Amino acid sequence: MKSPGKVLLAGAAVVATVGALAGCSSGSGGGGGDSKIHLVVAPVLPGATADALKALAERVKEFEKANPDIDVKAIEYQWTGTTFAAELAGGTLPDVFNVPFTDSKALANNGQLADITADFKKTSTADKWNKNVLNVATGDNGKIYGIPWGPYAMALSYNREIFQKAGLDPDKPPTTLDEIRQDAKTIAEKVPGVAGYMQMTKDNTGGWNLTTLTQSLGGRMERVGSDGKVTVTADNAQTKQGLEWLKSMRWEDDSMGSNFLFDWSGINQAFASGQVAMYMSGSDVIGSLMQANGFDQTKYGVTTYPLASGSDAGILSGGNVDVVNVKDSPEQIAAAVKWIDFYRTQPTVDKDAAVKNAQTLKAGNQAVNAPTLPVFDKATWQQNQEWIKPYANIPAANIAPFNTGIFSQQIVPEPPRHTQDLYNALDGVVQAVLTDRNADVDALLKGVDAKVQALIDADGK
Amino acid sequence: MTTAASRTPRRTPLTWVRRGGLSTLVFLLPMLIVFGVFSWTPIVESVVMSFQHTNLVTTPEFVGWANFAAVLADPTFWIAVRNTAYFAVLALIFGYPLPLIAAVLLSETRRMRGVYSVLAYLPVIILPVVAVLLWKVFYDASPNGVFNTILGWFGIPPQPWIQDATTAMPSLVLQATWAGAGATVIIYLAALRSVPPELYDAAEVDGASIWQKVWHVTLPQLRGILFITLILQITATAQVFLQPFLFTGGGPNNATTTILLLIYQYAFQNSLGGAYGKATALSLMLAVFLAVLSIVYFRITRRWSTE
Repeated sequence: MKSPGKVLLAGAAVVATVGALAGCSSGSGGGGGDSKIHLVVAPVLPGATADALKALAERVKEFEKANPDIDVKAIEYQWTGTTFAAELAGGTLPDVFNVPFTDSKALANNGQLADITADFKKTSTADKWNKNVLNVATGDNGKIYGIPWGPYAMALSYNREIFQKAGLDPDKPPTTLDEIRQDAKTIAEKVPGVAGYMQMTKDNTGGWNLTTLTQSLGGRMERVGSDGKVTVTADNAQTKQGLEWLKSMRWEDDSMGSNFLFDWSGINQAFASGQVAMYMSGSDVIGSLMQANGFDQTKYGVTTYPLASGSDAGILSGGNVDVVNVKDSPEQIAAAVKWIDFYRTQPTVDKDAAVKNAQTLKAGNQAVNAPTLPVFDKATWQQNQEWIKPYANIPAANIAPFNTGIFSQQIVPEPPRHTQDLYNALDGVVQAVLTDRNADVDALLKGVDAKVQALIDADGK
Repeated sequence: MTTAASRTPRRTPLTWVRRGGLSTLVFLLPMLIVFGVFSWTPIVESVVMSFQHTNLVTTPEFVGWANFAAVLADPTFWIAVRNTAYFAVLALIFGYPLPLIAAVLLSETRRMRGVYSVLAYLPVIILPVVAVLLWKVFYDASPNGVFNTILGWFGIPPQPWIQDATTAMPSLVLQATWAGAGATVIIYLAALRSVPPELYDAAEVDGASIWQKVWHVTLPQLRGILFITLILQITATAQVFLQPFLFTGGGPNNATTTILLLIYQYAFQNSLGGAYGKATALSLMLAVFLAVLSIVYFRITRRWSTE
């Protein structure tokens, strides 16, 4: 009864299925049938404009011309805590990708990043690095696992147009928390429907922003003892002071709008669409506002986030580290370091590279002079600013309050241990203060201390 | 035994092949492979992982019941259990009777039944993510928000909706009920058609009112379907993820953190991806709980059904 056709059909189905499954398991690897080294790099955000992509293609071509044995494929990629973990687990990460300062050291110590020490030492800038900056990419074993770029300090971004509508002077942004509160109140009263001031609250960003506030007031969320033991100290006077400040704006002044569940992209969107007048952001956020939200940079203003007096008060900083896939071959790692040096480092130290990069960004209507911190030293940074000045597309006056103020601010790094877990636990505290008039701040902060301390202590076992 | 053996011819591999066993197997093979690779392998692997500490890159380490203990010791776990139960109860109170009422009313209507059915089913067709994002706009807590504007017409002050710990969960249930009711309405409508019309005729002859007809004819006839949809709804609400994930991210202050959202947070919230073991442990606990619940439920309802 068995027809040969039926068997043939079934056989074909099996072959097709097995083939499809085999396709699933084949990794990216070194790939290709030629002798070239293949490299997948991820230097642009998803949704980058066609101009930006074209400009990137130009730079890839330039790199390949200088390195004929390397074949570069550039893909769009955005680091997010959630997708990163999944991609790392699934083995679908590109060869070169970036992680924030908070994670690079821990990933390196976990053995999840490639050791690039030997190839890093061959770069022309290897000895120029500030040890403190390079530290975020250095493992506990002293080896180098990445190359830092684009460091930023937390700042106060504001909408100059809304300032004018509220009768405030956009060239005189607030310089203390009291002034932020006052201006926020004025804006909420004069420009209905706009939140005077807002912070992020969701997906770990609430804790990130609250930690910034605490550190700006001189407090710390974690303390490292002389024996190296880390104690979680979220329940401190400065955090309470910061929360009290938020509470008064929310419940007394009603100047924080009506949406209290914002993550990073959500608040950027709200700011770009004119729903939020002032918010706490990274100093370089205009880059994303222009690229992802089409925000008109002439409306943008940024100033330093106010610091309390006292030597403990400091501004939280962060940045990116370009790292290499731990599964890469030594040849791929060497090529990857060459690419990172070409794409990230050279434009900060080499005039030709800097000018070319600035021209590229300007042509794609991307931020050329987004305020960042020096990667090497202030002199190199200033020199670089001079090189790109002719192509700058953000009005200098709009970012002057930040650029002039930042060098007198003390930079404080993020809490060292279980940073994302700490931030996640703090999210709830900020949300509670903004949505519940009677939130028990003491109990909430004690809860955070207990929860995160348990995670840290469990590591030691 | 011997009589049975003499009656049926001896089975050999050859007869099995002759009777089409081989081609059956060959036809079945793609499905078996796909099912094994994409369903059973992950299930088995996740059970194994729930007893491990792993970051999925370095060699995993077996830790016994440590992940389960860590989940049970996490204060957020109990909040998530409470929230999930709260969601399930609210969904049961509002979401369970509503489709039934709608279906009974629909079956009673004589005109434009098709139009009403389409309207009832429409929310199911809208992509869930799109629907939630739409409702997020409706839930705008400012006085200009869609729902708050509507409330304003009746002199009701603006509500915080998802921006407040007390109103967030009911708001999520409201959307979930809207989104899910249509599918259940269709099931009930189909079931209602299967109720023999003679029963209604007989009831009418006996002088039964509409309410008596529903109570004494419709509901008993639908009993089997009602039992099934109830357990389906309980297992679905125990796994609610989309609404809290997209609306609130579990906020404000964990007021909408459900078990599935907590599993997701264990696995993916921390970019260092430390807690895959805890995530799979909690998944396993939930699966076992739901399995036991279903078995108990079917035992009980079977007894009711036969009484």
